[in-house]
Amino acid sequence: MGNKVLMKGNEALAEAAIRAGCRHFFGYPITPQTEVSAYMAKKMPKIGGTFLQAESEVSAINMVYGAGGAGVRVMTSSSSPGISLKQEGISYIAGADVPCVIVNIVRGGPGLGGIQPAQSDYFQATKGGGHGDYHLVVLAPSSIQEMVDLTADAFDIGDKYRCPVMIMGDGMLGQMMEPVEFKDTDVSDLPEKEWATSGTGMKRKKNIINSLFIEASELEDLVLERQQRYDEIIKNEVRYEAIDTEGADIILVAYGTTARIAKTAMAKAKELGYKVGIIRPITLWPFPFEAFEKALSSGTKKTFLSVEMSMGQMVEDVRLAVNGRADVEFFGRTGGIVPTPKEILAKIVEIGGAK
Amino acid sequence: MEKVFKRPHALSDVSFHYCPGCPHGIVHRLVAEVIDELGIEGDTIGVAPVGCSVFAYNYFECDMQEAAHGRAPAVATGIKRALPDKVVFTYQGDGDLAAIGTAETVHVAARGENVTTIFINNAIYGMTGGQMAPTTLAGQVTQTSPYGRDIKTQGNPIRVSEMLATLDGPAYIERVTVDTVPHIKQAKAAIKKAFQMQLDGKGFSLVEVVSTCPTNWGMSPQESFEWMRENMLPHYPLGVYKDITKEEN
Ligand SMILES: Cc1ncc(C[n+]2csc(CCOP(=O)(O)OP(=O)(O)O)c2C)c(N)n1
Ligand code: SF4
Ligand SMILES: [Mg+2]
Repeated sequence: MGNKVLMKGNEALAEAAIRAGCRHFFGYPITPQTEVSAYMAKKMPKIGGTFLQAESEVSAINMVYGAGGAGVRVMTSSSSPGISLKQEGISYIAGADVPCVIVNIVRGGPGLGGIQPAQSDYFQATKGGGHGDYHLVVLAPSSIQEMVDLTADAFDIGDKYRCPVMIMGDGMLGQMMEPVEFKDTDVSDLPEKEWATSGTGMKRKKNIINSLFIEASELEDLVLERQQRYDEIIKNEVRYEAIDTEGADIILVAYGTTARIAKTAMAKAKELGYKVGIIRPITLWPFPFEAFEKALSSGTKKTFLSVEMSMGQMVEDVRLAVNGRADVEFFGRTGGIVPTPKEILAKIVEIGGAK
Repeated sequence: MEKVFKRPHALSDVSFHYCPGCPHGIVHRLVAEVIDELGIEGDTIGVAPVGCSVFAYNYFECDMQEAAHGRAPAVATGIKRALPDKVVFTYQGDGDLAAIGTAETVHVAARGENVTTIFINNAIYGMTGGQMAPTTLAGQVTQTSPYGRDIKTQGNPIRVSEMLATLDGPAYIERVTVDTVPHIKQAKAAIKKAFQMQLDGKGFSLVEVVSTCPTNWGMSPQESFEWMRENMLPHYPLGVYKDITKEEN
């Protein structure tokens, strides 16, 4: 085990990727994720890796497709407008079953939006973004330590299920500093990727990385096969944190930075005598439906309050999870405004009634 | 009896989907012959475009990746950076390379990325049924320039080889065609030189093949080559536009 070091979120993420065996990074500068690129630019040449500043996010994601297809661990990072540009490539990557890690340090939108923290790319990340029948595994850390741990997991999940994985943070997580500890992981002996286009060496039949299947039945078969892998992901990879949900009258639902603030509000509300719990999704896709089942199984009447830095995106999944069995409320700030504990507390009081 | 003409090993044993008389097939064969002669099939990764040659991944025996429309140079860059000791080539049409993928094309060349591009300039979008391409000539009739390409409103055709030759990154750029046996031999020599440049680590190499599209031009293969000689070659002159090994000497 290593020692704790104080690091900025974006840099810790980059270091975690390198420790996970990522030696290829393709990016294009955009605030507030630029430190990821800067860190890679500094480190990669020293360790025989590639840092390449592409001509656009479109090119960067296609470089990721090429390198991932060739079998190496590869990552790109960007922020909202850049992630929009990457959507074509992400769809192709999903369609060709190429593992890779895509980081979105979300900022306010739509359009050029702003550069302050936001969570308004939830729909884009979890409901498609690009065209076609596919999913991204979406990991949403709420501390720098978790960001580091999930970065290592992201590469493993991508390789295991042959799929693109997104780490979704926000400007707050990217910019703040916290002590982190890097786990010692041995990446010297990763399983071989027999499907990779690394040259036949005249020893095997050729490999093809491709998402074009002109025969409808062939395409359907492939999409169905991929769906089975998605089902495995749903079975094995759901992650969440649930605190005090069983006895609660009000259950907050929040992820990332917002979850930290929501926890502060929860503590205050408890002091005032409210019975409050929290569900913090760590995987946004697959969404942790089971956390809601557990919370609802206790039988008492509950209200779920989705707190987001958006106009209400995750709340749609909360409604799906609750499926009419409890009230669902929403509180959000957007455009780069971070909700305060006080605001969230006020909403709790509004729901719970004055005490 | 000795076999004097056979399928190159690097060309897969499947039939092409190309229209009769389409030069795509000729150029595929030349690329495969070069791969054979250089003995690099096991070390080569090809990148197919979106265009009529989208199925190129079925036609070459080496490992292949299929890129999104215009993105082949970026995909090739990713592969080459992952596997610097391997040979990486793209095969692209004019719409792919000089319209939707212009940024990728210019920057792969500017970086001097050590990959090879085979560029088929048939002055039209073949696959989608004959629309105007960035290389469509002034006055040329296509589905989307039904009155002939009007330079005032539809812009000017791009001379890709000349444009890229202004950059410092490329090592080798030549424009060839495949209408006659001497031209085919010249084209093969150019393709071989382009791959050799990559093997020698010289940087980006591109061979532009002035080509035809009999189907969408509405001509026979023979008429197409005549039309190409009369109209395309004056605008797209054959020749070497960049050769750093000459400059080095
Ligand atoms: C993003 C995107 N836009 C449009 C298309 C449709 N499309 C397919 S091929 C093509 C043009 C190809 O022309 P060219 O590159 O000249 O190749 P050719 O068929 O002439 O060999 C277009 C526009 C597509 N597949 N993807
Ligand atoms: S449409 Fe044109 S370019 Fe495409 S295969 Fe037919 S002749 Fe060749
Ligand atoms: Mg064309």
